[in-house]
Amino acid sequence: MKRLIIGCGNPDRGDDAAGLLAARRLRELGCQAVEYTGEGTGLLDFFEGTAEVVLVDAAVTGAAPGTVHVWESPSALPQREMLGGSTHHFGIAEGLRLAAALGCLPQKLVIYGIEGRSFGIGEAPSPEVIRAVEEVARRIASGHAPSGGPCAR
Amino acid sequence: MNVTPTAKGTRTVKVDMLARVEGEGGLLIRMKGDRVQEVKLNIFEPPRLFEGFLRGRHFSEVPDITARICGICPIAYQMSSVHALERALGVQIDPAVRLLRRLFYCGEWIESHALHVYMLHAPDFLGYQDVIEMAAEHRETVEKALRLKKIGNELVALMGGREIHPVSAAVGGFYKAPRKRDLEAIREPLRWALDASLETVRFTAGLAFPDFEQDYEFVSVSHPDEYPFNEGRIVSNRGIDIDAAEFEEHFIEQHVKHSTSLHAVVRERGSYLVGPLARFNLNYEKLTPLARQAAADAGLAPPCRNPFKSILVRAVELVFACEEALRIIDEYEPPAAPRATIEVRAGTGAAATEAPRGLLYHRYSVDSDGLVTAARIVPPTSQNLKRMEDDLWRFVPQLASQPVEEITWRAEQAIRNYDPCISCSCHFLKVKIERE
Repeated sequence: MKRLIIGCGNPDRGDDAAGLLAARRLRELGCQAVEYTGEGTGLLDFFEGTAEVVLVDAAVTGAAPGTVHVWESPSALPQREMLGGSTHHFGIAEGLRLAAALGCLPQKLVIYGIEGRSFGIGEAPSPEVIRAVEEVARRIASGHAPSGGPCAR
Repeated sequence: MNVTPTAKGTRTVKVDMLARVEGEGGLLIRMKGDRVQEVKLNIFEPPRLFEGFLRGRHFSEVPDITARICGICPIAYQMSSVHALERALGVQIDPAVRLLRRLFYCGEWIESHALHVYMLHAPDFLGYQDVIEMAAEHRETVEKALRLKKIGNELVALMGGREIHPVSAAVGGFYKAPRKRDLEAIREPLRWALDASLETVRFTAGLAFPDFEQDYEFVSVSHPDEYPFNEGRIVSNRGIDIDAAEFEEHFIEQHVKHSTSLHAVVRERGSYLVGPLARFNLNYEKLTPLARQAAADAGLAPPCRNPFKSILVRAVELVFACEEALRIIDEYEPPAAPRATIEVRAGTGAAATEAPRGLLYHRYSVDSDGLVTAARIVPPTSQNLKRMEDDLWRFVPQLASQPVEEITWRAEQAIRNYDPCISCSCHFLKVKIERE
């Protein structure tokens, strides 16, 4: 059964890099993880023929920076305004909802949202987010998700 | 959306953040009775400053920097910049490179038009808030749209190394030219895309178009033998017929207080329209017979002055782009060298190409070391902004008897006729200097 870990974000927009950093850290930990820009429609291509997806992205909910949110589909999807620091209007949250409307969400989807603080152009990610990236990467690598098994090595 | 009751008989339509457009902008319409008193497209996208920071960079860096202006139409920015710089440096390109550039542009038109027709604009016509809501009842249509867009993206990735902000285009040609067999891999998907595009024409022809026509000045690139992408003169239906080097003599950009994007006008005439409607009306004869037939079957013929029918014209251009891509792949033989040798010299060059949303003008000056000393970029959206406001001044009174919600819906739809890319259009910084 095909499984995929996707880290989304923009490397040049401060805490928006969270997902990308998680994917890089996961590879260091021996997992296969891809980095993705976060364009919503392209997400559906990843889902094709994939049974389990773990997605990591920056989040904005008003929680403390570095807070780790976990959404599990299909029971819960993040609200539109919660994911990413993108000014583009068809991002990850919209891509997930479109996939749900088209019935092509993977059987199991776990989304880790790392609460960001600052998304300025050219900024470095904040220390809270860097700590949270490490935590999320270790949780995924140790098999916390998906399906409680270890990640594909 | 806010509906603000103000003075008696006055209604205000305020959209704080326009959805389904690229970038950040808002809309304000103030009406008294049936009369429109104020229309403002508020553009608050931060200024981009590309023209400023291109200065001092080596000319060879420009296509990679300008590609960053837009994630939807990076190729247009690369193509206008390479053509302008090639004119500044006196570079002649290989005919095979020219063909490859047209193919590159086909990919961008396919992905951009598929995105706009189905995912951004069709929901307006069908009464859905967005494509997600539309997908619940038009699943096959949305799936087809996604596949069509993906084929455009694949063609871009094949030519440019990646889908967004491609890296292959260079002044003088490409860093690497594709092999014939690389291109042949996308022939079958493009055949499917051509059929899907013909269906797109039929789909859009079935939409209900508001009864609204305007006497536009249409402006586009025009080539004697080709539907315009990369090369040609700049023409209008009111007598403009100029080389790109003369653009700034005829078109001026003005600052308006409520917009970080400049508004462009034809000197001493006013607003004008660039984009699919302009291209179609000024270059109809250059479309392929199949694209012309599809247009005719859909009841579309030049001159089309209804901006809401731009969705139908985009569909016709999808047919053209797929056919043109297939033709180029059939004819393609790799160039002897992927890019021309360049002898650096000081000079100035200007060029205009056709981004999916309209004419995109670039001008560069370089010094004898090949460093950029001046850059000017006039994106299609900033050329259309004043025209969008002019449309609303005339369109909104037709809706005066409607509830504010309906006026808002239709006004947003009217803006999306232009497929505005607000991010691209913002490059103005207002500088205030105080001296004692």
